[in-house]
Amino acid sequence: MDKTDEALLDTIADLHGIPEGSFNIRKNGKLLARNSGTDIEIVSKTDKDGIDIIVKPNVKNKSVHIPVLLTVGDFRDTVYNDFYIGENADVTIIAGCGIHNDACGDAEHDGIHSFYLSKNAKVRYVEKHYASGSGSGKKVFDPVTKIYLKENSCFILESTQLGGVTYTNRKTVASVGKNAQLLVKEKILTDGEERAATDFKIRLNGKNSRADVVSRSVAKGKSLQKFQSDLIGKNECFGHVECDGIVLNDARIISTPKIDAVSPEASLVHEAAVGKIAGEQLLKLMSLGLTEQEAENTVIQGFLN
Amino acid sequence: MLELKDISYSVRDEVHGKRQAILDHVNLTFDDAAISVITGPNGSGKSTLIKILMGFEKPTTGRILFNGEDITALSVTERARKGFTIAFQQPVRFKGITVKKLLEIACGKKMDTEGMCDCLSSVGLCARNYIDRTVDGTLSGGELKRIELATAIAKGGDVYLLDEPEAGIDLWSFEDLVKIFDRLRDKTVIIVSHQQRILDTADKIVLFDNDKLISAGRKEEMFEKLSQRPALCWRNIKENEYGQNG
Ligand SMILES: Nc1ncnc2c1ncn2[C@@H]1O[C@H](COP(=O)(O)OP(=O)(O)O)[C@@H](O)[C@H]1O
Ligand SMILES: [Mg+2]
Repeated sequence: MDKTDEALLDTIADLHGIPEGSFNIRKNGKLLARNSGTDIEIVSKTDKDGIDIIVKPNVKNKSVHIPVLLTVGDFRDTVYNDFYIGENADVTIIAGCGIHNDACGDAEHDGIHSFYLSKNAKVRYVEKHYASGSGSGKKVFDPVTKIYLKENSCFILESTQLGGVTYTNRKTVASVGKNAQLLVKEKILTDGEERAATDFKIRLNGKNSRADVVSRSVAKGKSLQKFQSDLIGKNECFGHVECDGIVLNDARIISTPKIDAVSPEASLVHEAAVGKIAGEQLLKLMSLGLTEQEAENTVIQGFLN
Repeated sequence: MLELKDISYSVRDEVHGKRQAILDHVNLTFDDAAISVITGPNGSGKSTLIKILMGFEKPTTGRILFNGEDITALSVTERARKGFTIAFQQPVRFKGITVKKLLEIACGKKMDTEGMCDCLSSVGLCARNYIDRTVDGTLSGGELKRIELATAIAKGGDVYLLDEPEAGIDLWSFEDLVKIFDRLRDKTVIIVSHQQRILDTADKIVLFDNDKLISAGRKEEMFEKLSQRPALCWRNIKENEYGQNG
């Protein structure tokens, strides 16, 4: 591990050196370090690139770190990770990915993640994407996240992308069972010529299933963001999707919601608001002594908080 | 001393396209260490005057002098740093900004719990319950209004512009509000209000009218004038006045 690796690990996973507990650190397509425990087992796949993460039933208050580093150009890393979460388990999974590309070839990481939650299981999944580097090569993330929630389980997805990523196309698919819950908090900041697309397809299958998706995005420069959601209620359920965007300069945010109450008992809500920072917010902060630029930064920081 | 010299402000009427005067050649003086209360019917230009004083709007004509210095061209930030402090009639909401953060921005430095307690208890809020709340729609109108006042107190300054500070605040906390004004007696305080209890705290009263004629004077002499006006909009002032005195 060199200085770049350490800095990336700090940014994407709040890691200072090697973490405690189970972890798997992947660098440039290869395993850098791993600790597989009895509570949380990590096993390499044999048929393709990737790992199986198996959380035993009743394991509580444990965490697992699975950061990925990409520090070379001209490299495309596709990895398949499957998570099997046992009954009554309650764990935090921290899965950041950092790209540092000083080259002129593209660097791309595509994480294909599937989560299988057993009855009463609970997962908090924290995913940070970050890229740096001075090369002309693109820095690309195309993650696919599939979430299968059995009865009474709960999945919290916190995904953050706060800069440097040239292009991203995120797909999240979830099927939510009886009394199960899916909570999503997504934050995306783009600048310059960056492009970000995010797409949710959520099926509320079980009785009393619930989904709450809150996406906050800030687009600066000439960047473009697309938000798409498709929420389907097949039972007595509640679903809420909120897409909130701030655009600055010549940036653009396009939000396309779709809600489909297949069952007449489904209650589905969509809210979307895209626009500049409200003038009165800037005035209020300037009247407290901030400059216009400081006021703008404060509003954005709070918004993405 | 804060002086408005020949201040006019007009906007283009959206419907007719004609210019519509909101403030018409206003001359006013606000003394140091005095509370001035501006009162008058809705739409008479009170908030507009406050916004012009803070620099949110630039007057079409005229000058603003602060201790003799012409500040007409100064930005909002510059005025804030010179000691101008405003509490909005309608508090602004922010997604993700906490009460704590807003108070810290206002006072310009990190604040300890004690400092925040001071600010918030003076507006009748318990710091423990509020510092981590976000300043958004999860707070009630009255709570937002109190937090608005708390940020003004946290900021401090020499000129306070308080636009209808009583709006949305229940009667119980009226006493607290008056206490806040009393604490500011050594500053230049300009309050927009319709409330008798607040008018009572004034050294000076400025009366806005629909025909844009403005009169200003000592409290006693203005009360006399107000009680003689038959216009509906003064009813609560008159009734309160008579209710209390006779
Ligand atoms: N930017 C503006 N554009 C058009 N009309 C405005 C604007 N600002 C204020 N006004 C009008 O000016 C008048 C005075 O408004 P305001 O100062 O808010 O009154 P008050 O605070 O006394 O109730 C109102 O009729 C209002 O509609
Ligand atoms: Mg007003």
